[in-house]
Amino acid sequence: MSLVIQKGTSLRADAMQRLKKNRAAVLGLYCLGLIVLCCLVLPFTPILKDPNAQSLVDQNLAPGAKYWFGTDNLGRDIFSRVFYGGRISIAVAVLTTLVAATIGVTYGAISGYVGNKVDAVMMRVVDVLYGMPFLIVVILFGRVLEKQTAKWSQWVVDLFTAADATPAKINDVRTAVEPLVMMAPLFIAIGALSWLTISRIVRAQVLSVKKLEFVEAARSLGLSHTKILFRHILPNCVGPIIIYTTLTIPGIMLFEAVLSFLGLGLKPPNSSWGVLIQGGADLMLTNPWSLVFPSVFFSLTLLSLNFIGDGLRDAFDPKSSKD
Amino acid sequence: MFQKLFHRLLQGIVVLIVLFTITFFLCRALPGGPFVSEKALPEHVKALMMERDGYNKPVYEQYFMRLGNLMRGDAGLSTRLSGRPVNDVIAQSFPVSFQLGCISMLLALVVGIPAGVIAAWKKNMSIDFIVMTLAMLGLCLPSFVVGPILAEMVGRRWKLLPAMGWEPTNVITWLLPMVTLGMVYAAYLARLTRSGMLDVLSQDFVRTARAKGVPMHRILIKHCLRGGLVPAAAYLGPAFAGIISGSLVIELVFQIPGLGRHFVKAIETNDVNVIMGIVLLYGGLVVLGNILSDFLILWLNPRARAQS
Amino acid sequence: MMTLHKLWWIGLAFLLGACQRETQVQKSNREQILLVGNSSEPKALDLQLVTSVVENKVLSSLFEGLVADHPTSDTEMMPGVAEKWEHNQDFTRWVFHLRQNAKWSDGEALTAHDFAFAYHRMLHPEFPSPYCEMLYFIKNAKEYKLGEVKEFGDVGVKVIDDFTLELTMKEPVPYLPGVTRHFTWFPVPKHAVLSYGKMTEQFTPWTAVGNLVCNGPFVLKSWQLNDHIEVSKNPQYWDAANVKLNGIRFLPVENAYTEARAFLAGQLHTTYRIPVDMIPYMQQNHPEYLKMEPYIGSQFLRINITRPGLSDVRVRKALSMAIDSEAICKTIQRGYEPAKSFSPKLGDFSPEPVLTFDPEKARALLAEAGYPAGKGFPRYSILISGGGGRNLSEAIQAMWKEHLGIVVDIRTMDFASYIDTQNKLDYDISSAGWVGDYIDPTTFLLMWTKGNGNNNTGWHSEEYERLLSEAAHSADPAQRMRVFEKAEKLLMDERPILPFAWQARNYLHHPSVKGWHPLLLDNHPWKDISLEETD
Repeated sequence: MSLVIQKGTSLRADAMQRLKKNRAAVLGLYCLGLIVLCCLVLPFTPILKDPNAQSLVDQNLAPGAKYWFGTDNLGRDIFSRVFYGGRISIAVAVLTTLVAATIGVTYGAISGYVGNKVDAVMMRVVDVLYGMPFLIVVILFGRVLEKQTAKWSQWVVDLFTAADATPAKINDVRTAVEPLVMMAPLFIAIGALSWLTISRIVRAQVLSVKKLEFVEAARSLGLSHTKILFRHILPNCVGPIIIYTTLTIPGIMLFEAVLSFLGLGLKPPNSSWGVLIQGGADLMLTNPWSLVFPSVFFSLTLLSLNFIGDGLRDAFDPKSSKD
Repeated sequence: MFQKLFHRLLQGIVVLIVLFTITFFLCRALPGGPFVSEKALPEHVKALMMERDGYNKPVYEQYFMRLGNLMRGDAGLSTRLSGRPVNDVIAQSFPVSFQLGCISMLLALVVGIPAGVIAAWKKNMSIDFIVMTLAMLGLCLPSFVVGPILAEMVGRRWKLLPAMGWEPTNVITWLLPMVTLGMVYAAYLARLTRSGMLDVLSQDFVRTARAKGVPMHRILIKHCLRGGLVPAAAYLGPAFAGIISGSLVIELVFQIPGLGRHFVKAIETNDVNVIMGIVLLYGGLVVLGNILSDFLILWLNPRARAQS
Repeated sequence: MMTLHKLWWIGLAFLLGACQRETQVQKSNREQILLVGNSSEPKALDLQLVTSVVENKVLSSLFEGLVADHPTSDTEMMPGVAEKWEHNQDFTRWVFHLRQNAKWSDGEALTAHDFAFAYHRMLHPEFPSPYCEMLYFIKNAKEYKLGEVKEFGDVGVKVIDDFTLELTMKEPVPYLPGVTRHFTWFPVPKHAVLSYGKMTEQFTPWTAVGNLVCNGPFVLKSWQLNDHIEVSKNPQYWDAANVKLNGIRFLPVENAYTEARAFLAGQLHTTYRIPVDMIPYMQQNHPEYLKMEPYIGSQFLRINITRPGLSDVRVRKALSMAIDSEAICKTIQRGYEPAKSFSPKLGDFSPEPVLTFDPEKARALLAEAGYPAGKGFPRYSILISGGGGRNLSEAIQAMWKEHLGIVVDIRTMDFASYIDTQNKLDYDISSAGWVGDYIDPTTFLLMWTKGNGNNNTGWHSEEYERLLSEAAHSADPAQRMRVFEKAEKLLMDERPILPFAWQARNYLHHPSVKGWHPLLLDNHPWKDISLEETD
């Protein structure tokens, strides 16, 4: 009962307090922070070489003084490619997961809360979407968007360049801007297609929570449905939401590479962790470094995210406040 | 209960028809038309093929023709496999995918759920930390990395198990694909079970039971497991449909004649009948899987059952 | 504790037992069964409904044409169903004398009627045979297919008697015996096909296991989709005494890395290919398995010459000269040879080496065309399909940037879109390859004619087509080659395509396989292959 009277802010402060006590989560936070910082800052420092510069004579080198993480099969510096790639992968993960979680949680919560016919229809829509051939949708999406993204990136380039800019300058701006513009539809595509399981899990959870005493109590206090759903029921579902959301991130980061091979999203020669791991997997025997380094950063990031997720789950669990 | 099941099955048929319609028009929108090949086909030959497979009829006619055939259980002929019936393609490859999916799912359940329960029980202790790290690694190392490593080490270097191939009756050919595929699902299940268990463990009745001196393992198994499995059960429906309808990566890495390879090849070459056949099969499995998983949730969760 | 110990021992015993197990290759060597990696599932086993190398591998074990492949030479002919053959002065009329002891696998005699039936079926206007163009050498063949000639009797296929077949060509075809080694020219069992349906009926079960009647050294034993096709020795084959193998198992291993791993684990005798990235590993660790042999194929970039800028031949030449094909063949397309022209050397046909890597001259040409140091050059893209050629296009992208100062994008697509986009001329530059079907320059040069479905460059030239037709009507083989060389030169002068490498066949091969020799066409006659038991 205390929950209903408590103010949101104090709950949040409480949660932060609890999060700070969770050692795994704190460690994860530091680790993730460091990786994100490196990906953001290093590309602006002279430590990193041009990630796309090739030197065919330096093909498949092992880590050494010149190339700290070795080189790939076109003689490109893996160290630089890992950090440039990290920017793309982390951006993809964050934005896509946000899209997917927002749609999935809202959809599942409404379906579970309203119930009956609405629930049946909404869940059958999810069934249809599950059955849809993802790959075909993505291919068609890619064809439709191809021309469009070219226009958008032109628009953005125009925005950032003066009318009398030299072709070289325009090219520089384009190189910087384009991967990001190409990524935008990707976020929407994957996000809009990967909310299904989240919605099922949230719905199942809402179904079981909505009959609990405190919900009845809230209802008897005359609170609106939206308030009951989003203030009282959803906080009780936060555990599975956080857990499942962190679970989908590795899949999404790797799926980004698959999309890149279908021409949607990242254009070669740019790198992302997904693309690097995919390329590295083929070089496993000849050049294990090209697989090991991206995988290590990828795994570290996801492990950190995960322990932070666990920490958040515990911290925001309304029930654990009774401990 | 039976009435509810009946309703769900009826809804399932509607789902399949909607799915059929959407997929049909998606396929028709695919660039390149139905007879894409590396070397160009002579025009008149292409025209003959278009006529043979009814592609020169109005689209609505094609739609109803296919729908009618499907209702009669005939999924048509594959264009990529020069006229092999789609039913035959599915009949040859689905059993393989089904078998692989079932044993992998079994492995995932046997490993994932106990791991999740233990992690929840020993929350924030080192065993929890270890189990969850392993689970996360299971997710971070994609099958296209783990599969080749296993095949290279176990199959080639140590020569313990075959590096590729699948024999329906030979257990040693199952092991590597099963582990590679099952691991990912085990990781999902472990994480979901842990979180579900934690939700239940923090409820009042657990406290009461502990205060009464009921041993922890009894509390876990007798009282908490049911409620704790709800998130995992919600995930299981679609996961099961997915795992038994073929996994392209596993099939390619271990050379397994399952559905996944047919599906992707069909998309590459716009083989509409094969695409439709497999999509509908998968759609049917999703419908069934979700019905099973919803009933499982109801069974696991007495509260939800009471309200329905 | 006891049980745990026991388990431990059982496990150990299992592992040891497994370690000592003989490999599949050793087992097959004993049984004389060849294990062949065959890259992907054949579309069908109906000779007249298929087009690619994968099917060719299987079909050439099941069927035999008029002339057979030679185990060590691409240009020498071995008698197949035909014992001997002769031609008239200008190579337009050929008479094949069939052997009397040739039989179908069900014991029926194989006669000239079966060949006539096969060609009739292939060319029938209602039968959608995708590779019917391979028979268009025959007089009136195309006309009959298109319905312009109504009677098959007017087509140049004539059965003189049961064992004599006369073929009339529409123009001189001095290389006809070589062409008849292709599976499109193989006989089809008339009695068997007709017992399952009409001649033009497709997808009848005549090619199913148990039904398929064939005339080659092997018969179909089992066929599991995406898993294997197994053939076993055909006792009815006329030369069965000289067939050494008891059977062949074709495995459609789509993933090249899986195939290589399986080979190294002793599950295959020969692979279909080896990933280029694994070549250095093999050279270092297992050079005895690695084969790198020239192949009848060419790698090139297609140019859409209707694009502004690319329509200028100087630009195309500049792009071509800025590709360091030496470096590409050394580091990316390992084993490939830097291309000096589009068609490789084929028999007497030796195209003039015109392609060079010359960044200096490339820059000069580009400047001459109005783009000094790449300034103002439109931003074009290289079209590739899926993962294939990603590295290659990235390398070319970097070369053009370095040597010419121009920036190109890489446009990735799924296979169907890739083909469609090229057909619609909706691309700028695309990465492509071409593999010849037989040893004659026509297999490379005919595709660049106007309206050819494989041209897709927007380029055509009247002079080029005049040269091709001049060669086609030339009855003097040597003269014919000189004319083709001229055509090739013209193609390279105009450069609607930028060839950079001649293909190689890179694959793994087990030393226990005997009777397997390097061949440009890669058609190793199965009957000459044997397996020697090794330790």
